[in-house]
Amino acid sequence: MKKIEAIIRHFKLEDVKNALAAEGIQGMTISEVRGFGRQKGHTEMYRGQEYTVDFVPKVKVEIVVPSEGARRAIDTIMRAAQTGQIGDGKIFVVSLDETIRIRTGETGEEAV
Amino acid sequence: MSATRYFAAFVCACWLVTIGIATIHAQEPENAPAAAGAPAVTNETPESSHVEPGPQPIDKGDHAWMLVSSALVLMMTAPGLALFYCGLVRKKNVLSVMMQCVFLMAMMTVIWALWGYSLAFGGSPGDATYSRWIGNADYLFMRNVQPFENADGVVVYPIEGTIPRLTHMLFQGMFFIITPALICGAFAERMKFSTMVVFMILWGTLIYCPLCHWVWDGGLLAWDIPGGKKADGAWVGALDFAGGTVVHISSGISALVCALVMGRRLGFRSEPMPPHNLTYTTTGAALLWVGWFGFNAGSALAATEQAAAAFTATHFAAAAGGLAWAIMEWLTRGKPSVLGTCSGVVAGLVCITPASGFVQPMAALVMGATAGVVCFVACTTLKTKLGYDDSLDAFGVHGVGGTLGAILTGVFATKIVGGGAVPLGLLEELKTGAATTALDQPGILTQTVAALITWGVAAIGTFVLLKVLDVAMGLRVSQREEIQGLDLSQHGEEGYIFI
Repeated sequence: MKKIEAIIRHFKLEDVKNALAAEGIQGMTISEVRGFGRQKGHTEMYRGQEYTVDFVPKVKVEIVVPSEGARRAIDTIMRAAQTGQIGDGKIFVVSLDETIRIRTGETGEEAV
Repeated sequence: MSATRYFAAFVCACWLVTIGIATIHAQEPENAPAAAGAPAVTNETPESSHVEPGPQPIDKGDHAWMLVSSALVLMMTAPGLALFYCGLVRKKNVLSVMMQCVFLMAMMTVIWALWGYSLAFGGSPGDATYSRWIGNADYLFMRNVQPFENADGVVVYPIEGTIPRLTHMLFQGMFFIITPALICGAFAERMKFSTMVVFMILWGTLIYCPLCHWVWDGGLLAWDIPGGKKADGAWVGALDFAGGTVVHISSGISALVCALVMGRRLGFRSEPMPPHNLTYTTTGAALLWVGWFGFNAGSALAATEQAAAAFTATHFAAAAGGLAWAIMEWLTRGKPSVLGTCSGVVAGLVCITPASGFVQPMAALVMGATAGVVCFVACTTLKTKLGYDDSLDAFGVHGVGGTLGAILTGVFATKIVGGGAVPLGLLEELKTGAATTALDQPGILTQTVAALITWGVAAIGTFVLLKVLDVAMGLRVSQREEIQGLDLSQHGEEGYIFI
């Protein structure tokens, strides 16, 4: 199993969700996050005073998929989240040891 | 229990005793000794106050407008100013700024009721007890302001012009509330609340009340007072329709002195201090714009043509100010900001305040636009170069905008709007041939002198008050409390609790 963490733009969340759902991927967790990569934040101006904002707001999407389906999920997210501009985000793939459904106690891919 | 708590308890006890005594005295105004203020019927003047038993000569239209205006002006302090200021501070200080505004609404009202209104408006020129320096004791504890029963058993309702004196007191009291609240912008995020309370009691009593009396009750700076220095009464004093000197210059200069005496906030210029919620600030600015109609058009004290002129001038100046500041930012920074537009609106409103009942609409557009540009430079360039920490630009907007407005009033004021027989402003003087140069034109000179006198009184008075309070109580919170934020350290509450 793989856990895929995708850091994407806010306005791309809906596109990514719909694209993943169309691929049959069920379930995801999202959270509001802040950070920076090569894009390096931006500056804001208040009454002549400049402030550098390092941490840019993004959305993190987390999904868990069988190992053989990971490539397809990654391609789907890339296709849906891409604008071509700086700041489109990152995708991290993590190997997952175990998944457990709390209600039934099922484990592994059955629990996803 | 700390010394501060003992002090707060002592102040409360003194107030309760004072209010009790005041209530007892206020029951029988007609029995008061003459020296403490004759009944209002004896200080009647043709154009101002008088009291008559029987049917009241109250103009219902005027009165309705003044009640609405009073409410509009109160709305300027909270929610208007409270939202405007609280959005500009960091989120750990959001409640402290709102508290200052709301607390001042309560405290200044009580002071106004007990002695403030009397010190500001007590007596009329010609009375035996009248002084040009300070109001007399006529209206202490609301005597001769509230209705009373005379010796014949007739209930007398004191009036001022065509409205009840109670309404006049209320309207002017709203100015007494917002003026000190404006100063809070300068020392935001670092002043001890207990010291702020005592400072405002003293500032309101010793600086605002005399200035108010000087300008609006026939005092030292009043325009065209009877018995003035010139026989034609044409040049004495300041044209200040709604508070350019009394409200904005006094608070703006005091704000600058506060910023200088108290010093910069911890981390000023080394750590980011951006506004924490500009949506609050924008909402507050919009409420200020609306409330300012009561502030300026209400200052006609009647629903007259002059009120309409003041309303128009106020609206036009606000619009021009917002536009000018936004354009300045667009040109110099590449983007027009929301905060800049809001600041420009307030700058335009401040600038037109002294002139609102004296100028034509096109002049108001010019004044508002000028204020937008000048205050933009003051808040962005001047402040940066001089290095003082006027947290929320109380001086940059009110001090600079108020002074500019006072001087420009001397340029654009016209008798067509302001009334009277003599030309008022420089342009009118030049047009009528009454003056050939600016130096021949008395209005602009007296406006400048009045502004400078107000600068001096506010600066020296505030400096002395702060130095005394610094020794007696301390001005700033401790470093630990400042880092923690004033919401928790001064009030034991947090503005935002998300669970």
